[in-house]
Amino acid sequence: MASSEEDGAGGGSLEEKEKGRKRRLGALATAWLIGYNIAMTAGWLVLAIAMARFYMQKGTYKGLYKTIQKTLKFFQTFAVLEVVHCAVGIVRTSVLVTGVQVSSRIFMVWFITHSIKQIQNEESVILYLVVWTVTEITRYSFYTFNLLNHLPYFIKWARYNFFIILYPVGVAGELLTIYAALPYVKKTGIFSLRLPNKYNVSFDYYYFLIIVMASYIPLFPQLYFHMLWQRRKVLHGEVTVEKDD
Amino acid sequence: MKHYEVEILDAKTRDKLCFLDKVEPNATIAEIKNLFTKSHPQWYPARQSLRLDPKGKSLKDEDVLQNLPVGTTATLYFRDLGAQISWVTVFLTEYAGPLLIYLLFYFRVPFIYGPKYDFISSKHSVVHLACICHSFHYIKRLLETIFVHRFSHGTMPLRNIFKNCTYYWGFAAWMAYYINHPLYTPPTYGDEQVKLALIIFLFCQLGNFSIHIALRNLRPAGSKTRKIPYPTKNPFTWLFLLVSCPNYTYEVGSWIGFAIMTQCLPVALFSLVGFIQMTIWAKGKHRSYLKEFRDYPPLRSPIVPFLL
Repeated sequence: MASSEEDGAGGGSLEEKEKGRKRRLGALATAWLIGYNIAMTAGWLVLAIAMARFYMQKGTYKGLYKTIQKTLKFFQTFAVLEVVHCAVGIVRTSVLVTGVQVSSRIFMVWFITHSIKQIQNEESVILYLVVWTVTEITRYSFYTFNLLNHLPYFIKWARYNFFIILYPVGVAGELLTIYAALPYVKKTGIFSLRLPNKYNVSFDYYYFLIIVMASYIPLFPQLYFHMLWQRRKVLHGEVTVEKDD
Repeated sequence: MKHYEVEILDAKTRDKLCFLDKVEPNATIAEIKNLFTKSHPQWYPARQSLRLDPKGKSLKDEDVLQNLPVGTTATLYFRDLGAQISWVTVFLTEYAGPLLIYLLFYFRVPFIYGPKYDFISSKHSVVHLACICHSFHYIKRLLETIFVHRFSHGTMPLRNIFKNCTYYWGFAAWMAYYINHPLYTPPTYGDEQVKLALIIFLFCQLGNFSIHIALRNLRPAGSKTRKIPYPTKNPFTWLFLLVSCPNYTYEVGSWIGFAIMTQCLPVALFSLVGFIQMTIWAKGKHRSYLKEFRDYPPLRSPIVPFLL
C-alpha cells in the first residue's frame, strides 16, 4: 500500500509542510481531530448503509428520507464544528470557505428539505443525498488517514477524482430540490415576512430562493475549478513557480 | 553638486523600465515619479508605487533622494497600483447617490409602489421628518467633502468606487423603500420616540461636524502633516478625551438616532454594518497614532469610550 512518503506526486515540499504543520499541532488537538473524523466517517457510513438497506428492502426510495432524516440531521449539523476548527486554528483552512460550505449544507437540510415536507420524496433529494454520502465518507476518511500519517493512495485518488462527477451531480440534485420547493414556498409563505409590521421590513423567501439558485451560476465554476487546480497540484505534482508578490 | 542616477526596475520581473541621469540630490520622490511618467505616460504618478526593496513599503512623495539609504546610483522598484480615482470624486459620487435615490422613493416615483400610490405623499409626519434628516445628512457630507476635509491621499484604486457605491446606494434604496412605503408603520411610542430620536440625531450631526472642523484645523492647507487631535473650546470635541475617532462615534450615533426615529430594521442593519466598518478603521487609526506619537493620551480608546 503506497504511503504518502513514497508518493512523490504532490511534491515533497507539500508533504513536508503538512507534516511540519501537524508537528506543531498539539497532541490534544490531533487526538480530537482524529476522533472527530473517525466519528464523521462512521456516521456517514451508517447513513450510506441505511439508505442501501431501505432501497434493497422496499425497492423504492419513497419514504427513504423520513427513515434517515434524524441521522442525516445529526451528522450534517455536527459539521458546524469544522468552522470552529478553522477559527481556532487547528485546521489550516479559511474560516470563510468552510463557513460557506457548511452553511450551504445546513441550508439544504434544515431550510429546504426539513421545512418543506412536500418535496421529501423527490428524486432530486435522493440524488444529492447519495452524492453527499459518498463525498463525505471519502473526505472524512482522507482526513483521518492523513492525521494518522498513513494515507492509502486510493483514498487520496478518490478524494481528488470523485468530485469531478459528484460535484456537478450534487449541484443538480440541490438545484432541482430547491426548484421543486418553490411552488410550496409561494403557497404557504414560509419564512416570509409581509408588510405592514412594526419593524418596517419584508422578506420573501420565494424570491430569496430564486436568488440562491442564481448564485450557483457564478459560485459553482469557481469552486469546481479550484478543486481541479488542487487536484493537479496534489496528484500530478505540478509545482507552480511562485512569483514574488 | 554631484548628480544622482536613478534606475527604475519592475518589482515583479526586475525588468529595467527607466534610467534617469542627472537627477538632483534634493529631488523628491514626487519629482522622480513625474520624470518616470514622461517615459511611461500610462503610469501617471498616482498609480506609481516606488520602493527601495521590491517587497518593501512604498516611498512617500515627500521623501528626498539624498536622504534615502542609496548610493549615487539609486535603484528603485516600481509597482503599478492600478487605475486610480480621486477621493473627492469617490466621495461625491457615493454620497450624491443616496441623496437622490431616497428622494425617488419619498416622492413615490412611478414603478416603485404601484400606480395607486404614484406621487402621493405619506400621511405620517415622521416620514417627512425622516426625509429631511436623511437628505440633510448627505448634503452635509457632500459639502464637507468639497469644503472641509483635507485628504492624506489624493487617490484610491478605481475598483473602490464600484464597491462603495454599491454599498451606499444599495442600502439607501433598501431603507428608503420601507420608510416611504404606503404600508409603513410609524414608531411604536409615537411622537415621544421621534422627538428623542431627533435630538440624538441632531446632537450627533453637530458632534460629527465639530470633529471634522477640528481635524481640518489640525492640518494647514496643502500639507500632509499629522498631529494628535485635542479637545477645543467646542464641547462636542471634548469626546477626544475618551476616544481617538469621535467622528465615527458621532456617525454611529446619528444612524442609531435615525433607526429609532424610523423604527426600520434595514436602518438598524445599516447602522450595525457601518459600526463594524468604522470600528475597524478606528482601531487602525488608533494603532497608527500610538505608533507615531510617544506621548499619545493613554485614556483614549478607538471608537467607544472605555470599551472598543
